[in-house]
Amino acid sequence: MSVAQPTANDTSAQAAAQSAKSEARPRFQWDDALLLDDQLNEDERMVRDAAHAYCQENLQTRVLEANRHETFHREIMNELGELGFLGSTIEGYGCAGVNYVCYGLVAREVERVDSGYRSAMSVQSSLVMHPIHAYGTEEQRQKYLPKLATGEWVGCFGLTEPDHGSDPAGMKTRAKKVDGGYVVSGSKNWITNSPIADVFVVWAKTEDDVIRGFILEKGMKGLDAPKIEGKFSLRASVTGMIMMDEVFVPEENLLPNVSGLKGPFGCLNKARYGISWGALGAAEFCWQQARQYTLDRKQFGRPLAATQLIQKKLADMQTEITLGLQSVLRLGRLMDEGRAAPEMISMLKRNSCGKALDIARTARDMHGGNGVSDEYHVIRHVMNLEAVNTYEGTHDVHALILGRAQTGLQAFSAQ
Amino acid sequence: MKVLVAVKRVVDYNVKIRVKADQTGVETQNVKMSMNPFDEIGVEEAIRLKEAGTATEVVAVSLGVQQCQETLRTALAMGADRGIHVKTDEELQPLAVAKLLKAVVDKEAPELVILGKQAIDDDANQTGQMLSALLGWSQGTFASEIAPENGTLHVTREIDGGLEKVDLKMPAVVTTDLRLNEPRYASLPNIMKAKKKPIDTMEPGDLGVDIAPRLTTLKVEEPPKREAGIKVETVSDLVDKLKNEAKVI
Repeated sequence: MSVAQPTANDTSAQAAAQSAKSEARPRFQWDDALLLDDQLNEDERMVRDAAHAYCQENLQTRVLEANRHETFHREIMNELGELGFLGSTIEGYGCAGVNYVCYGLVAREVERVDSGYRSAMSVQSSLVMHPIHAYGTEEQRQKYLPKLATGEWVGCFGLTEPDHGSDPAGMKTRAKKVDGGYVVSGSKNWITNSPIADVFVVWAKTEDDVIRGFILEKGMKGLDAPKIEGKFSLRASVTGMIMMDEVFVPEENLLPNVSGLKGPFGCLNKARYGISWGALGAAEFCWQQARQYTLDRKQFGRPLAATQLIQKKLADMQTEITLGLQSVLRLGRLMDEGRAAPEMISMLKRNSCGKALDIARTARDMHGGNGVSDEYHVIRHVMNLEAVNTYEGTHDVHALILGRAQTGLQAFSAQ
Repeated sequence: MKVLVAVKRVVDYNVKIRVKADQTGVETQNVKMSMNPFDEIGVEEAIRLKEAGTATEVVAVSLGVQQCQETLRTALAMGADRGIHVKTDEELQPLAVAKLLKAVVDKEAPELVILGKQAIDDDANQTGQMLSALLGWSQGTFASEIAPENGTLHVTREIDGGLEKVDLKMPAVVTTDLRLNEPRYASLPNIMKAKKKPIDTMEPGDLGVDIAPRLTTLKVEEPPKREAGIKVETVSDLVDKLKNEAKVI
């Protein structure tokens, strides 16, 4: 091994080394190891700070009871609307028009409190407002977006069916063309916000077997949205079904500008990007709680945090979160430049959720017996992240997307 | 009525303060900075006056390093109309701040100046009072309620014994206490709008103000660590310890 020796005339290197020596050792910031804060611009920091303050002061204080009693505080949608968190990347129609990095930062702050709240926000923003904005007519935008932006109306997104989860192309919901519109029949399952929704973006197959998007409204004849009871995850957000028994949907409620699976997938891409930031927010909470708990908790005459087993776990959590945040920030910048491929989003949705779930489970373990009490909040995140790891493309299905992207061989079906 | 609000950039209230290794001050490198919370209350009050139709314009002023512009942007995102940044990298002590603010007030001619009662970094609690003296204006410090009415400002002050109500002849200087209001969060649309609001930049020299420090900081130290208490067995032990160890009786 050879080491380059500075030569006598290499004065600039010497000067640099000299000045580096005279400067103090850069300080390590344990909770922002690679100085993510520095990589954000002024607006992004301001958005992050506003979101952090609101979430800690107004959501963190409500979540314990909301989760324990399985209640979604409807007024949270109005509060999110007032702050401009709903459909925040849309320009106009009462929306803020921030970039995707800001959207991600908000998701991280909301999910630091609870994945259920972030789900409610993501669904409204990415799965309801986005398709209306991207695939809808100007009349549809004018009619729905302003009220969805303020939270006066709540929206939901119907793609998944009882028998079709990872394979939405097999959906059974049908839209039959009739005079003046369509008659939609079928059922959708695991629909965030559906029991309280005013607006339903539903995907159904027309008679020629093409997937189309429809905007349904509460009160339409034959439309019902029962709540799913007994959910052990995302309890602070309401989930239900959408039952459609020959619901007449007028022609003007068809989303005209998209057909096929790329419609719902375009929406899911935006939402999954938000999840990739959000899940890391939940992971950060669990990590920092575990750190504090093990610093405070003394066993065998010393803090738990003084033991090697605990420190190893903390180091792993810190590393995964730091790397994860760097990657989602990079993805956000690519989204803002219009260069983000869906596979990138699959990679980071999968990575963030899988790592966050693992971190939450480990943090639960580090809390010992107290870890199962909701007052320490970690078990709630564990329960939530089980759903977050599964919905919007499971951990395994995203692996298949990445597998196909690098081998050229699809492993979804046996064909 | 034009309202001027002073906003200071300070170490965020959530940050655990660390003393610099050379004991010349506290660490501000890579430390989260934000608007002094009492100044946030000031901005909120000014915006409420505008929303009520009493104030016509809210101008936020910040003095100090380049990054004070971020603090001004926060004020603009909350709802202030424009900002003034007096830029300097020099240390600013309360008297210099009061003199600079007086120069800005002379230029802007507001009828009301609102400041935080103190900044959470140096806790000096001097600037508002000094500014009022330099201007020769009335002052209402530690305000928990203010109400302008025909050239008079009714101010409720939080004092040791309870609440004191004073009427000030306007123009006036008010410093805010914690219970004056609860500041709003900057909403995303307003953060975006704030980017388009103007910030004027000037330097202390442009205002003809001498900002040379009058006080010298000798040394900054961490407060001594508090030691854990002990349990005593008997009353006589307690008396003994109070007498001989604590030396308080």
